[in-house]
Amino acid sequence: MAINWFKYSSPASFYSLAGKMIPIFSITTIALFVMGLYTGFFVAPTDFQQSEAYRIIFIHVPAAWMSMFLYLVMASWAAIGLAFNTRLSSMIATAIAPTGAMFTFLALWTGALWGKPMWGTWWVWDARLTSELILLFLYIGFMALQAAIDDPRRADKAGAVIALVGVVNIPIIYFSVKWWNTLHQGATVSLTQSPKMATTMLTGMFIMALACWMYSIVVVLMRTRTIILERERHTTWVSELQGTA
Amino acid sequence: MFLWVIQRDLLLAMRQRADVLTTLFFFIIVVSLFPLGVGPEINMLRAMAPGVMWVAALLASMLSLERMFSSDYLDGTLEQMLLSPQPLSLVVLGKVLAHWLVTGVPLVLIAPVLGIQFNLPMDALLVLTASLLLGTPVLSLIGAIGAALTLGLRGGGVLVSLLVLPLYIPVLIFGAGAVEASSVGLGASTHLSLLGAFLLASLVFAPWATAAALRISME
Amino acid sequence: MSWASWSDFFAMGGYGFYVWGSYLVALFCMIGEIVLVFNHRRTLHKQLSLIHKATQQEQNNETTS
Repeated sequence: MAINWFKYSSPASFYSLAGKMIPIFSITTIALFVMGLYTGFFVAPTDFQQSEAYRIIFIHVPAAWMSMFLYLVMASWAAIGLAFNTRLSSMIATAIAPTGAMFTFLALWTGALWGKPMWGTWWVWDARLTSELILLFLYIGFMALQAAIDDPRRADKAGAVIALVGVVNIPIIYFSVKWWNTLHQGATVSLTQSPKMATTMLTGMFIMALACWMYSIVVVLMRTRTIILERERHTTWVSELQGTA
Repeated sequence: MFLWVIQRDLLLAMRQRADVLTTLFFFIIVVSLFPLGVGPEINMLRAMAPGVMWVAALLASMLSLERMFSSDYLDGTLEQMLLSPQPLSLVVLGKVLAHWLVTGVPLVLIAPVLGIQFNLPMDALLVLTASLLLGTPVLSLIGAIGAALTLGLRGGGVLVSLLVLPLYIPVLIFGAGAVEASSVGLGASTHLSLLGAFLLASLVFAPWATAAALRISME
Repeated sequence: MSWASWSDFFAMGGYGFYVWGSYLVALFCMIGEIVLVFNHRRTLHKQLSLIHKATQQEQNNETTS
């Protein structure tokens, strides 16, 4: 039985598949969040150095991971869309961008809120914080470009080009910011990692990371369905859907 | 073909001499604004000089990106270029170099003069000019990608800056860093070599990406 | 790690503002995003059904006239 890989690459069949997958993923998201927060707040011990403030790590680190991970996933879907000219892959890339930008903003926000008690300042020109900020600009650039182009096909391809150019630049930006940081301040101020991560802290963080991942899948699937509806409005299956819905 | 494109673009630029000068004067004005804003205190100005010069160079080259393709796009010569048997990235490279000659080189020539305004010592001026000489072509090359992507879009000017500024950051860091490193005595060779690396990398990738972007925009 | 009382839990060792500040914003962003997508879908559905009714109307007119 040859699996027909391309069966789900047509927007129509993907629409129904996504419809079925969303409930499953949302349940896992909620379950993982509950578990993650429980371990984070009730199981993990008080950190002797940062007392309770370190608990922000359970949302800060997953958000930062997700912001980077989602950009890479977005760029790969955009590349597939560009290479194989499959509209659906570019739709998924367009759907990922807002969630990625949200996680980048979240990482910056929670980082600042965590930095305030620890270092006394909201913002520190640390290499990672700065490259996270630049990542946010890359996301906004991608979304702005796609919003400015009316014709969806050109928007997808132009977005793909800027996403790929962005992906190539992420390591360069990161290292140049790291170099720049050491040049100016010297490596004095670095994100004070809580010394030895107690196992429960680590598990808490991983569960939260998984929860954020599931969450992004749910939101991206929902947004992709909306984009499919928007772009396929003229097709017959959408009008049938309208008849029933 | 390659030289023809450069020649043609230079000829065009020379005819509208004003465009060349506007970018240059924009650079001069922006650089001279900073002392007014920050105050005439000498050591402060000297410490700030490389950063100010580089940010001004970044903005000046970005302002002129808009014109790189738009005039050809409007009167249709861009389509002819797309159809020509020559590899498009070669044509794009020609256009980018022409753009650099028109906007980048004047900046590099004027920079030492403005450096005196910031009371920069002689060796720092030299390093600044060298870093600008290496950096401005990279700005034009990467900017070309943004210009090609936003061809014919409403509000393209602002959009280009949004797309391209994050990509300029490494060049800005090492450009300004080179001058500072030399003034601190660390020697600017590492920074300049990195700028050279950026130049080579973007010389290879940028025209190809710009060509792809042009084909997308011209569909 | 049991909290002495609910008030300790919210005080969070004196850092309550920062910890809950970040978690509240996180919750707000996530819920906000989902709400945005749903709004987008609803308006889209409305538009599509309007178009759908309009095309339906046209077909009826053609068949009847």
